[in-house]
Amino acid sequence: MNMAKPLAKSHYVGPGAVQAVVSRTLSVLVDNEPGVLARVIGLFSGRGYNIDSLTVTETEHEKHLSRITIVTRGTPDVIEQIKHQLERLVPIHRVRDLTNEGVALERELALIKVSGKGEKRIEALRIAEIFRAKVVDTSTEHFVFEVTGKPSKIEEFIQIMTELGLVEVSRTGIAAIGRGPVSS
Amino acid sequence: MARTMTGAEMVLEALKDQGVEHIFGYPGGAVLPIYDELFQQDKVKHILVRQEGGALHAAEGYARSSGKVGVALVTSGPGATNAVTGLTDALMDSIPLVCITGQVPTHLIGNDAFQECDTVGITRPCTKHNWLVKNVNDLARILHEAFYIAKAGRPGPVVVDIPKDVQFATGNYVGPSNIAHKTYKPRVKPDQTAVRDAVDLMARAKKPVFYTGGGVINSGPKASQLLRELVRLTGYPITSTLMGLGAYPASDKQWLGMLGMHGTYEANLAMHDCDVMVAVGARFDDRITGRLDAFAPNSLKIQIDIDPSSINKNVKVDIPIVGDVAYTLEDMLRVWKSKAPQLDKAAHKSWWKQIDGWRAKKSLSYKNSNDVIMPQYAIERLFALTKDRDSYITTEVGQHQMWAAQFYHFDEPNRWMTSGGLGTMGYGLPAAIGAQLAHPKSLVIDIAGDASILMNIQEASTAVQYDLPVKVFILNNQYMGMVRQWQQLLHGNRLSHSYTESLPDFVKLAEAYGWTGMRCDDPAELDDAIRAMIETKGPVIFDCRVATLANCFPMIPSGKAHNEMLLGEDVSDEEVENAIGAEGKVLV
Ligand SMILES: Cc1ncc(C[n+]2csc(CCOP(=O)(O)OP(=O)(O)O)c2C)c(N)n1
Repeated sequence: MNMAKPLAKSHYVGPGAVQAVVSRTLSVLVDNEPGVLARVIGLFSGRGYNIDSLTVTETEHEKHLSRITIVTRGTPDVIEQIKHQLERLVPIHRVRDLTNEGVALERELALIKVSGKGEKRIEALRIAEIFRAKVVDTSTEHFVFEVTGKPSKIEEFIQIMTELGLVEVSRTGIAAIGRGPVSS
Repeated sequence: MARTMTGAEMVLEALKDQGVEHIFGYPGGAVLPIYDELFQQDKVKHILVRQEGGALHAAEGYARSSGKVGVALVTSGPGATNAVTGLTDALMDSIPLVCITGQVPTHLIGNDAFQECDTVGITRPCTKHNWLVKNVNDLARILHEAFYIAKAGRPGPVVVDIPKDVQFATGNYVGPSNIAHKTYKPRVKPDQTAVRDAVDLMARAKKPVFYTGGGVINSGPKASQLLRELVRLTGYPITSTLMGLGAYPASDKQWLGMLGMHGTYEANLAMHDCDVMVAVGARFDDRITGRLDAFAPNSLKIQIDIDPSSINKNVKVDIPIVGDVAYTLEDMLRVWKSKAPQLDKAAHKSWWKQIDGWRAKKSLSYKNSNDVIMPQYAIERLFALTKDRDSYITTEVGQHQMWAAQFYHFDEPNRWMTSGGLGTMGYGLPAAIGAQLAHPKSLVIDIAGDASILMNIQEASTAVQYDLPVKVFILNNQYMGMVRQWQQLLHGNRLSHSYTESLPDFVKLAEAYGWTGMRCDDPAELDDAIRAMIETKGPVIFDCRVATLANCFPMIPSGKAHNEMLLGEDVSDEEVENAIGAEGKVLV
């Protein structure tokens, strides 16, 4: 805090000064106890926050710890509130804003079903190679591709497949971890 | 040393180990084993309420007036759902409660069994935390944890849901432990740099104001002591929210009165014009700030709060301090004393002069009458005739609540119990019962409205059963006064369903419950009647017939700024009706 600052304008940002909405990936380490996911989701819906992606699995079985990865959107002030509100939940160990800390390593897996014949089918397979998607199920009329990568890559792949006979998509949601040697 | 016992025995054992003397409850099938244990001991005294909602508010009044954790015990299904309002109330006002609910046996959970409801699901958003105990060997630990969570950090209500088979099952009991909680460790000691920065800023202020809230009360009596010391040392003016009344003595000359929607002119204008605001355990609620973009526009703000999510939530502050109020004030005092700062005496003198100008407006003045009792006058007299006694005040919700806050003055913390955050009609009578139980020798008065009192009137019966001589002082205007006032302000005075056509005869109602009933409608007889109420040994309903159409002023209309207050004296009905603009109308 710069104490040389004159006693003048408040920091308050009125409706006039609208903050831009940003997307953030939060990594939330929780005790894997019953209801913990409901608490987190209930917090988001109850306070009107957005969830763009959510993944959760127990990651340390002996300690019963789960990692919840949430991609959310909001103004920086709202994101700050979300963090504090999450930290208030009793079974939460810690909350990290991986995006803000500039360390977010994000991956997602998607299963993508495409059906078609002839040219389109060959094109789909060619594109899949470029994206390093694996064929995990097939018949003469369809493929199921498995593709992993950044969410943007998956988006792009789906976009192209839409033109080539996309039937359906299942995505895991984003798993994220902080870069570097220390734990996030 | 682990001991073996049933789940129901563990509940009683844990309550004793936590030092609980009183619990408020209502029996039912899913808690019968616990009730059987209650029957067989006499350490924990059970207060049988008449509806579970009453148990929760009584526990709140008990907790708030004593600083202890309030405890309630209710059955599954409807018992638990009746508890929801009280839990939400306690969450909003940060009151530490432990509510134990019975649940259907574990093998029936999820089967729509008789009196089953998803208690942890329903209460998840209205508790600080809750637990469904499926294994009796977890029960003792969870109960102790429940007490810890309820009071640690920002206090709040918790629910422990215990299926009936777990109450019967035998397992190992463990006592309270001192082992730190795994995850919940709220920060209580403030950051020292922030404390020093705050003191520097306060010392440089030309137009400072302290803005304090319920957090000071929650932090404990020491916090109030330290606040008084700091405020007197600085010589700065102080105002408080509804929830914080009593932390600073209202009889002191630095006190500006309550701020906010129905706060005093001087408090709100001092907030609006200040250059340094010191928020202590207050959360910038919408009743306080009014229009946000015009809130204290030229101020730098310091905020002390134990809950980081309360900081920068509604209003951005310049120096946030996360910590317990008492710890933080202690550090601030130490730094202030060691720095012995040179204050801008001249600036402070002219600031006080400005404040005195606002005070001269006498924003709480009203036109008194010889013919009818004005509600404000009734509270003034009630205050005058009880202030030298050891008294506790609770309220219901409405105009009477605001008049009580304006005209009843508190010099001590924990003396004032009101539903601030949730605004729950029906809070006051059970809360008074709780407060009376915690302070059996004191004078406990519920300042009530004619509509609100009917919301939990059944608790009158509880008061009789336990010899609790609470007094219910009804400002009977025959209207849901606050609703009527808003209809006048916002809806062309179309008084849609805000008049109670057939109120009961409150004197007879009192008598039916075994209380004393009194009525007064003459200002000249009011003092004697109030004295008679105070002198009456048992519980009393005092039906104080007041002017029916009085409005509560001053008022900052919704959507307006602090310096756009409506003052009572000189507003015409027309001004009242046009006070709120289109954007204000959608606000609450
Ligand atoms: C449980 C509940 N229902 C509705 C309201 C909305 N409400 C706020 S004040 C009020 C009227 C209260 O009337 P009364 O108790 O007679 O008090 P007065 O305003 O006349 O003093 C109502 C209905 C509320 N606060 N709580």
